[in-house]
Order: sequence, then structure tokens, then C-alpha cells
Amino acid sequence: MLDKIAQFGHRGVSTLQSIGSSGVFLFTVFSRSLNFRKLWPALRVQLHFVGVLSCLIIVVSALFIGMVVGLQGYHTLEKFGASSQLGQLLALSISRELGPVLSALLFAGRAGSALTAEIGLMKATEQLASMDMMGVDPLGRIIYPRFLAGLISLPTLSLIFSAVAVYGGYFIGVQWLGVDGGSFWSNMQAAVDFRLDVLSGIIKSVVFAFVVVWIAVFQGFSCVPTAEGISQATTRTVVYSSLSVLALDFLMTAMMIGGW
Amino acid sequence: MQTNLVELANLTFSRKGRCIFDGVNMEVRRGKITAIMGPSGSGKTTLLKLIGAQLQPDSGTVLVNGTNIHRLSRKALYQARRKMGLLFQSSALFTDLSVFDNVAFPLREHTALNAAMIRDIVLMKLEAVGLRGVANLMPAELSGGMMRRVALARTIVLDPELMMYDEPFTGQDPISMGVLVRLIKRLNQLLGTTTVIVSHDVEETCSIADYVYLIAGGRLIGQGTPQELRQSAQPHIHQFMHGEADGVVPFHYPAKPYTEDLLDA
Repeated sequence: MLDKIAQFGHRGVSTLQSIGSSGVFLFTVFSRSLNFRKLWPALRVQLHFVGVLSCLIIVVSALFIGMVVGLQGYHTLEKFGASSQLGQLLALSISRELGPVLSALLFAGRAGSALTAEIGLMKATEQLASMDMMGVDPLGRIIYPRFLAGLISLPTLSLIFSAVAVYGGYFIGVQWLGVDGGSFWSNMQAAVDFRLDVLSGIIKSVVFAFVVVWIAVFQGFSCVPTAEGISQATTRTVVYSSLSVLALDFLMTAMMIGGW
Repeated sequence: MQTNLVELANLTFSRKGRCIFDGVNMEVRRGKITAIMGPSGSGKTTLLKLIGAQLQPDSGTVLVNGTNIHRLSRKALYQARRKMGLLFQSSALFTDLSVFDNVAFPLREHTALNAAMIRDIVLMKLEAVGLRGVANLMPAELSGGMMRRVALARTIVLDPELMMYDEPFTGQDPISMGVLVRLIKRLNQLLGTTTVIVSHDVEETCSIADYVYLIAGGRLIGQGTPQELRQSAQPHIHQFMHGEADGVVPFHYPAKPYTEDLLDA
């Protein structure tokens, strides 16, 4: 019994330690001075790796999710004779919730896990140590560009997701099920408020980007430099990121609905 | 100018409660090749990391060029490391960069040289290790020996004052091994670099070393010129230098008797 309590306590302490060291890690990364001449080439490569290469999965997922929401929404709204409100339903649910949350979850699975594995492998093959020995700070040279690339990419991907998903819903609702195109777009335009709906979605995706990339690079940088250690760190990235995104979504939604 | 480029005094270091070094004293003479040898797991690589300040000792000092390397600020330490080169056992090449870009990396980071100058220096260093022809290949396309030589070219590209080699001969075929031995010696002579080699390859290391330290069990068990150590009658030194399987340093990790272990199953 006492052993179990001690074990529980030990786990709690190590979790707190890990949160503390990730905070110190974040502070250290952002305290590194910037040299744009050296940062830009690395940032450009990472924007391609983290952002551009994630586009396909985001676009395809958005298209299908938009189509599903369109289909479900139409059949529900039709029962009340309100199928012309489909555009409103789609735009609000996607811009406020589905766009930021699902793009963040997909981003964590695709780019977050790749970042962790890449940094972990660099650690295991002593690339980070050799850089450090050359007098080049790995936090500034490796971590910082990846962090910035994630912060830029995810909100952009989230906007792409929302736009494509709305078109997916339009394709199902208007082109297939016969909702009037004019009322679809005009109801959407009348119902969606830029500040309350679009901007709040963007704010959410910026927060999600920050958390997902933070978790991903920290897990990679602090992993045990073995095959098993990297695999565990990659799993942790996906699990922690997904749970954090869902929990933060609830918190931010509550704050936004409550008028901040 | 000081005679010793590196001085270790009463160095103590432990990891996870296990003592790796207990009061080690060592001196590395400027312009000479100093070898640190010892059995696997004796902390040779750890010692290089302590000299490079990638690890902090529990107590004792490491002076590099008369400066306590562990007391430097991050900026000053990075400045000091530009004069040091460490050839990692795993080569540690950047897998996303070509051979050329790997060797050019320190120049691009630390100098304001133009592209033409960088190209000339990189090709010069690759020529020195005999691999100018692979400049455009990726590290994954090279053999282990070639990777080690590219890593060597990258390490010497800033003409360091102190070169540290971590097990440079491990896993090399006889040709690569011979090439590496000659390269290390030639670089030491031509560039006047102070060299520290960590290895357990007695023959190759002794053929080029000016002075040898033997470490085992966290302590220095012997030191001297390769000739002196070969002729030493001290059991620890004799066993290691002549590669005897069992002796003062046991071959077997401590365990209960073999028969007892088998019968327990």
C-alpha cells in the first residue's frame, strides 16, 4: 500500500518536473537572439516540411468533413424546413470549432510526430551534440526555426481547412441535394461575424499551434536517445498534443462564449 | 605560451550514482598527440565531453588554454569551442545536408566568407581527407569509413587548436584504419594541432601517440610513452597493452557462479 502511494507520488513529482523543464526549455528557446540571415533559410525549409507537406492531408480531410457535415446538417435541418440555413450551420461549426480543432489534431499526427522523430534521431546520432561542440546553439539553429514554422503553418492550414470544408458542404448541399445556392451563401454571410467567428477560430489555431509545436520539439529534444525512446516520445507527442488541443478548445470556447 | 593546452586536476564525475572518475589528473601537451586508452565503459568518451564542457564535473577543474572551461558563460564557451574540434565516434554528420554543406557548415555559421572562399576551403579540406570527389553526395551514400573522414574534414575546417578524436579506429577496415592513422598524424604535424585520441585500439594508437594515459575503474592506472607502457610490468598495464583476456581486470562482469546460475533454471 505504502509502495503504491510512494509510486503515485513519484509519478506526480516526475510529471511536475517534466512540465517545469518544458517551461524552462521554452523560455531558453525564445531567449536566443535572432539572426534573420541565418534563420530564414532554415525557416523556409521547415515551412515546406511542416506546412506545405501537411497541405494534402488537411485539404482531403477538410473536403470529406465538410461533405459529412453538409449531409448530416441537411437531413437534420430539412426536418424543420430550414435546409436553406445549411450555409450558416456549416460556416459556424467549421470556422469556430471543426476547422481549428481538426486541423490541429491532423497537424499533431502528421507534423508534430515528424518533428519529434527528427529531433530525437538528431539527438541519437549525436548531430545535436556535434553542433553544440562546433559552437552553434542547437536550440537556436534547430528548435527555433521549427517552432516558428509551426506557429505560421497551423493557423494557415486551419484557414485552408475551413475554406475547403465549406466548399465540401456546398458541393453536397447545393450541387447534390438541391439547396438554393443564393440562400446558402447569403445566410452564411449574414450569420458569420468576422471577429466572433473567424477571428476566434484563428486565435484558437494560434494557441493550438503553440502548444502542439512546444510539445513536439520538447519531446524530441528531451527523449531518451534510443530507438525505443524516440518511439515513446513520438507517441507522447501525439497523445499529449491531442488531449491538450481538446482541453484547450473547451476552455477557449467557454471563454469566448462568456464574452472573454 | 603554456606548455599544456589542457589540464585536468582532481576531476571527479559520477552519473546516476555511479562514479565514473575519481580524482583524475591529466595534462595534454601543446602540439603533441596524447592518447587516452582504457577498456570499454571506462569513461573515455565522457572525459572528452568533460574537456569540451558538454558535461559538468562534480568537482575538480578542466583548464583549456589556462581557462576553466566550466566557468565560462554560454557565449564565451561557444567562442572557446570554435578552437576545439571533436570527431564523434558516430561521425554525427547532418543527414539532411550534402557532404559539401556538412563541411561548409561551421564556416557559414562562424565566418563572413563569401561563397567562393567557402567553396575553396571546403574542397581543400575534402582533398586533405581524400574525398573531394564525394562533395555532392549525401551522407547516406557514404561508407562508414568515408563518413568518418568527411566528419574529420568538417572538424578541421576552422583549423582548431585542439583536436579530440573519439574512438576514430572503431569499425574501420584495415585500409580506412591506415588512412585515418596517417591523416591524424599528418594533421598534427602540418597544422601543429594538439591532439587527444580516445581509443582502445592499442597498436594503431600507440603508433602515433607521443604520450599515453591508461584509465580503468575511474582512475588513472598508468601513463608514459607508448614504449614505456609496453615494457611496464605492472599487471593492469601489462594486461591492457598486450590484450590478455583475463587478469587483474576481469573479463567477466561480476555474477554468481556459472554452475549455480545454470542449475537455478
